[in-house]
Amino acid sequence: MTFVRVIALKELRTYFASPMAYVVAAAFLAITGFFFVASVSDAFSEATIRGFLAGAVFFMIFMSPALTMRLLAEEQKLGTLELLLTSPLREFEIVLGKFIAAFTMILIMAFLSLFFVLVLYVYGVPDSWPIITGYFGLLLYGAATIAIGLFASALSPNQIVGLIVGSGLLTGLTIIDFVSARVTGTAAEVLNGLQLGASFSVFDLDSFGVAEAGHFADFARGVISVSDIAYYVSVTTLFVFLTVMLLQIRRWR
Amino acid sequence: MIKLEHMSKYYGAYPAVIDASFEVLRGEIVGFLGPNGAGKTTTMRVLTGFTPPTMGEATIGGYNVMTHSLDARRHIGYLPETVPLYLDMNVTDYLTYMGQIRGMNHSWIKERLPIVIDQVQLGDYQDTLVGKLSKGYRQRTGIAQAILHEPDVLILDEPTIGIDPIQVVETRELIVDLGSEHTLLLSSHILPEVSMICQRVLVIHDGRIVADDSPAELSQRLQHTERIELGVTGAEAREVINLLRDMTIVVDARSDTRADVQQRADRENVAPLIVDARPNSDATQHIAALVIGKGWGLKYLTPLPLTLEEIFLELTTEEDLGT
Repeated sequence: MTFVRVIALKELRTYFASPMAYVVAAAFLAITGFFFVASVSDAFSEATIRGFLAGAVFFMIFMSPALTMRLLAEEQKLGTLELLLTSPLREFEIVLGKFIAAFTMILIMAFLSLFFVLVLYVYGVPDSWPIITGYFGLLLYGAATIAIGLFASALSPNQIVGLIVGSGLLTGLTIIDFVSARVTGTAAEVLNGLQLGASFSVFDLDSFGVAEAGHFADFARGVISVSDIAYYVSVTTLFVFLTVMLLQIRRWR
Repeated sequence: MIKLEHMSKYYGAYPAVIDASFEVLRGEIVGFLGPNGAGKTTTMRVLTGFTPPTMGEATIGGYNVMTHSLDARRHIGYLPETVPLYLDMNVTDYLTYMGQIRGMNHSWIKERLPIVIDQVQLGDYQDTLVGKLSKGYRQRTGIAQAILHEPDVLILDEPTIGIDPIQVVETRELIVDLGSEHTLLLSSHILPEVSMICQRVLVIHDGRIVADDSPAELSQRLQHTERIELGVTGAEAREVINLLRDMTIVVDARSDTRADVQQRADRENVAPLIVDARPNSDATQHIAALVIGKGWGLKYLTPLPLTLEEIFLELTTEEDLGT
């Protein structure tokens, strides 16, 4: 496990050594802040973080791949992957270390966003439980998006490819209800079951889409269900595993 | 320390290395010489466990690089051809990180770091970002990461490529220095470099190892012989060899022991031989006449398509170190 820690710490240092961490955090707070304000600024609006969650779930489609695009693409480009793979550490330790570094960035941003929660408690009487479940769900969702982004980053030495493939996969899993709404029976159920986050109806400021569709909906409502947790844990594990596989088959090419 | 047995590596249908076998003993400095694209980097990648061989096996310090990969890797210090550096770290941070990746603990790194930085003369640059270093200093940083964890085996792929002449000289001195503490395999396409640094030279061409000798013997052979392969039927190899050795134009004759040749020869009942003859002596004609005259069958008789000499023509035999 020391190798995992060493790699995670190195990647975190790299995040903060460049403007990357600060730019991403600022953009995250600005975008989610806009959604949050829009959701609570009407005269009789509810004191909830659903607006914030809608913004966060939407923005992570781009932010997570942006955070992860460098992680494995650059190792391939610089040739440092050759050093990592000829050092006495295993592929999964490399992938896990990088996953933890990117996830820590999500944790830090989630922590900073607690400012919105503070505002709610100062100016209103919010219901605490949906806030707790909302954040819990957001972290699960964040982990899944990071895993998918990391997978995309391992595909090629090109960071832009990582970004586009990552965002593309996340967008596809988000707008899958466009398709599922047009089919019936088992197919619709399967497609619905695959839906990662909210639907793009996040732009409907009345409903803040997170309540409408996808595995995130229940968390936003204050409901924790085993199937939603299992879904996010499975997606995260699957893509971390696929990333490890990509590094392993890379040796055979 | 380093052992390669009948290793072949194919990329798809393209053979990068064919049936290569050699051994490097503890403390030896061995040069791996060949023109660009001969299979040097591929061989080194197989030895370090980065790429699995298609056939055959490689062991480092007794550990098979595929089946006991982690154990084998612990013994290796490796400098790949494109020096792999994190450009946004400074020299000290980079080396510390590489040490940690190699499984060194904090106090060991702390003890080794100043020694290694001193050894590769990076003292003035330890706080400089790696991305800002000149090519020669990047090379030294690369060498530093390879020796930091005191590996038994050092594998350096073209360590002097692309750096300026004065730094080339300094880098070579450093490598000679390292040779006294490590088992060292270095690749190069520059003949004088290898003869300067190494006690033994492996020559590789088109994926085959074509010579394994000391630099002195190699240049001896280079000037004086022309190599011919032949297969004789209906005779004992021993007898043919003795007769060939009696010919004035023949420098040496021996059985061809390469595995693939042997296999085919056994099937076809041929005695496969290799003859080193004096150059420009019409050796093929004379040898053919001898074999036919004895009433033996001459299965094949080929001057090696590419003699050592021709291979060396493809190497960089001179270098322009400036004046």
